[in-house]
Amino acid sequence: MFKLQSRTLLITVLCSLFVVPFAYSDSASEEEGLRIAKERKERDKGWNSSHADMTMVLRNAQGQAAEREMRVKSLEVDDDGDKALTIFDSPRDVSGTAFLSVSHALDPDEQWIYLPALKRVKRIASRNKSGPFMSSEFAFEDMSSFEVEKYKYDFIREEQFEGDDVFVIEQFPQDEFSGYSKQRVWVDKKHYRVRKVEFYDKKGDLLKTLEFEDYTLYKDKYWRPLRSYMHNVQTQKSTEMITHKLTFDVGLDESDFDKNSLRRAR
Amino acid sequence: MLFRQFAYTLRSVFNDGEDVFRMTRNSQWLHVGSHNPWVILVITLLLVGSVGFGAKNLYFRGDYKVFFEPDNPQRVAFEKMQNIFNKSENIAFMVVPKSGTVYQPSTFELLQTLTEASWQIPLSTRVESLANYQHTYAEYDDLVVTDLIREGQYGEAHIQWVKAAAESSPELNGRLVSTSGDVAVVNVTLQLPDGDQTQNVKDIVSQARELRSSLLETHPEHDIYLIGVAVLNNAFSEAAQKDATTLIPAMFFIIAVMIWLLTRSLTASLATMLVIVSTIVVTIGTAGWYGIFLSTATVNVPTMVTTLAVADCIHIIVSANRLMVTGLSKQEALAESLRQNLKPITITSVTTAIGFLMLNFSAVPILAHLGNLTALGVMLAFLFSVVLLPALLTLLPFNPGVRESYLSRKLEKLGSGVNRRYKLVLITSSLLLLGSVVLASNNELNDVVVKYFDKSNDFRIAVDTHEEKMGGMSTIDFVVYTGEEYGVTKPEVLEVLDEFTRWLKAQSDIQHVLSFSDTIKRLNKNMNNDEDGYYVLPESQELASQYLLLYEMSLPFGLDINNQVSLDKSSVRIITVLNNLGSKDFTDFENRAHQWFEENTNGSLTLTSASPALMFAHIGERNMNNMVWGTLLALVLISFLLVFALRSWRLGIVSLLTNLIPAGVGFGLWALLSGEINMALSVVLSMTLGIIVDDTVHFLAKYQYAIEKGESAESALEYVFSNVGVALVTTTVVLGAGFAVLTFSDFVLNADMGLLTVIIIVAALVVDMTFLPALLLWLNKKGLIKRENGYV
Repeated sequence: MFKLQSRTLLITVLCSLFVVPFAYSDSASEEEGLRIAKERKERDKGWNSSHADMTMVLRNAQGQAAEREMRVKSLEVDDDGDKALTIFDSPRDVSGTAFLSVSHALDPDEQWIYLPALKRVKRIASRNKSGPFMSSEFAFEDMSSFEVEKYKYDFIREEQFEGDDVFVIEQFPQDEFSGYSKQRVWVDKKHYRVRKVEFYDKKGDLLKTLEFEDYTLYKDKYWRPLRSYMHNVQTQKSTEMITHKLTFDVGLDESDFDKNSLRRAR
Repeated sequence: MLFRQFAYTLRSVFNDGEDVFRMTRNSQWLHVGSHNPWVILVITLLLVGSVGFGAKNLYFRGDYKVFFEPDNPQRVAFEKMQNIFNKSENIAFMVVPKSGTVYQPSTFELLQTLTEASWQIPLSTRVESLANYQHTYAEYDDLVVTDLIREGQYGEAHIQWVKAAAESSPELNGRLVSTSGDVAVVNVTLQLPDGDQTQNVKDIVSQARELRSSLLETHPEHDIYLIGVAVLNNAFSEAAQKDATTLIPAMFFIIAVMIWLLTRSLTASLATMLVIVSTIVVTIGTAGWYGIFLSTATVNVPTMVTTLAVADCIHIIVSANRLMVTGLSKQEALAESLRQNLKPITITSVTTAIGFLMLNFSAVPILAHLGNLTALGVMLAFLFSVVLLPALLTLLPFNPGVRESYLSRKLEKLGSGVNRRYKLVLITSSLLLLGSVVLASNNELNDVVVKYFDKSNDFRIAVDTHEEKMGGMSTIDFVVYTGEEYGVTKPEVLEVLDEFTRWLKAQSDIQHVLSFSDTIKRLNKNMNNDEDGYYVLPESQELASQYLLLYEMSLPFGLDINNQVSLDKSSVRIITVLNNLGSKDFTDFENRAHQWFEENTNGSLTLTSASPALMFAHIGERNMNNMVWGTLLALVLISFLLVFALRSWRLGIVSLLTNLIPAGVGFGLWALLSGEINMALSVVLSMTLGIIVDDTVHFLAKYQYAIEKGESAESALEYVFSNVGVALVTTTVVLGAGFAVLTFSDFVLNADMGLLTVIIIVAALVVDMTFLPALLLWLNKKGLIKRENGYV
């Protein structure tokens, strides 16, 4: 086993030296990639529900900033994508707008929105998940929950990241409506936390980099980053997502995440 | 006071120069070339090698920014806009089905495939087409957001549904599909880096071409044309490159052959070419060492420098030739030729160099580069032709030809003809000149960038087809700034936006208006069960903001609304497509739009407008004015300098006429041929400036020399004709033939430039051979010009 791995490593290192557009993969490196992804998901199971107060800071190439404030309620769903209810608090004009998304591993996500000025709930029937969330650099698919089935994997190499040992793997979206050709993910060996992601666009060029900071441990088991920073290297726009307050086991259930709950959301 | 001091300084400079000329009469100075030819050759080689090595630092910048100073108001507006909204540089595929309608399965399949594949084009950030247009509609309580054409959706029912959707969407109709449905466009927005984009643009276009040919193979019942900013830039560099590798070498070859034929000496031709090459290499090398980059303006430097290098060499060669026929040895003839020509060549070179330095006052940075480099080149041409040329002629076999005496006999005849009938010549030529100057005022400054290319050029064909099917493709982007977050969703702002959009759409030159007000009206309708009555602006700011949020949340990657609405929702961009107007009409339209906005908003909102086309319209106008007036001013300045150089007010004023008239005649004839002046033509005047001045200076200097020797005006003129006539005719024929080669270019800019250059240098010669002697005689008869001793 050890022998096999080091050979794989050697090959991948050699390949990266020759800058091959698609990383060399064999069944062993794919298996290792999948193993890491499964372990990552496994270690995060059982968090149940959470409530977060967040600020999103959008910056254009010039550094001009715009802020968005929101609250996000999340519910873990076993063997499928999670559910999230987002309530916008600022800017003032959209305050009270609530957005419910139910993500699925392979089927299209479901989305509802409540517009207080219209006093109506609308379902957004769209297969688009590659679009920006609140005109930020985060796409919907970047924010929805991580599910193993969403990607195919390939192990690339091991290295150090900010002093920690990490795996570097690549994941290839299985949904044709994804905006990416692949993602390169840095996962630390100790806690299987994602430290950094590189997103590649459909033509294979680097599009965005995402870095997670201020990892904090909740319930003695779940690591959550309190800051994440997405930088679009093509347009030089960026988005910073800051979590001010995060609480778990807030007593939410399925009934808080349906169409009708949107109207009640405050 | 100042003027006197200036006059005194200039006078002493030229007087000292005169002393130098006198001193050298018996010194060895003039023999340096012919006495130490090997030394000169080695020094030249070292100079050319070391300075020319600087050319390694040269790079070409073809981007629009080289035309603008960093604080140019249009550039600032455009860059601000580019920073707030997405970039607007693009490449587009225009799909024309041979059946005449895009609403058919094969075209749908083509569009869907092409749209998908276009994401692979380098630096693409956004792809828009009929296929991936984000159509929204209501279905019960759902807001459906969908691509218009998905893979496999090519059935008849779907086609009819798409057609209905397209025809009712103002954001789509007339932009991504023609109103009559015979053309569809796949538009790819590019994120081009700052600085030199030549290679990027080349890669983008070559990949787009590959994509086109592979799709044409699978869909032969279509034509596909490439348009857009990237294609235009690429067409520019391809055209320039094509001419640089074919016509420009041909021009130099013709110049070499013509010199050989007219002087009957291969050595003369070879030596002149070596002077030209040395001059160009050292000039360009210096540019490299100084870190000056090449640009569309500075690429003309070698051609401009060549004209004066040819003139300088021809004067020395022709005089030496003539002297050798009279029996002087080669060495004596060369020394004597230099003695006779040094003064006029010096005057021509110095004044021309000063003239070119005037371009430093231009608003366009690269024109200042052009002026400085050409000034340097002119002085180098002077240096090489008085030092290197004699050295080469000494080393190589150089025998006098015989044909020259035939030419000079003809010219003497012409001279005596003018002498006899000077009044007739003067009146006829004056009338003709007056006529052409009047005609010249009929020219219009007008730049239509897309028309820079010949009708057989691929890009031009695409542009013409686009014009025929969908109208023009020039854009102006208008941005309304509200100055506050979410300001654009205020009812009163939306109201203004909507009215402005309607006003724009009513303008006859407008092809398409992409406006956020149409989008918000559509959303209002969608959210109210698609009832037509709700195709109006939402009543409250909250509602509009929430619609916008909803819409933003539903768009896929690369199709976000940031190309129209700023990140903080404080400003909104309206993208208009216009007919391919000339620079003047273009800026007029812009002014009318601003005027309307001013009158209808009372200054509560700020409107700016920008686009590359608009920048060029502005800079084109300023540039052309700068160039044309700058050069005319330079000619006046040169005449003023000639007052001191020739130490005669009257000859100075005469030189003013002969300096300005060729330009008048040239542009007068141009009014008959075309009547439109573009950016390249404004350069022609600078290009020919050296030759015009050279003709005048040599003529007047020799005339004055003869008069000072006590000759009558008639015999002085005969002396001029037989002495400089041959050189002037030779120079004109050589350069005329050379520039005529450029007229074969399918790059209209170069072809026009070649033609007008030929016209002006021929006009300069004709004026100097007819009008000038007749005028001098008339002035002499009137007693206005007599022998002048010293200056005035």
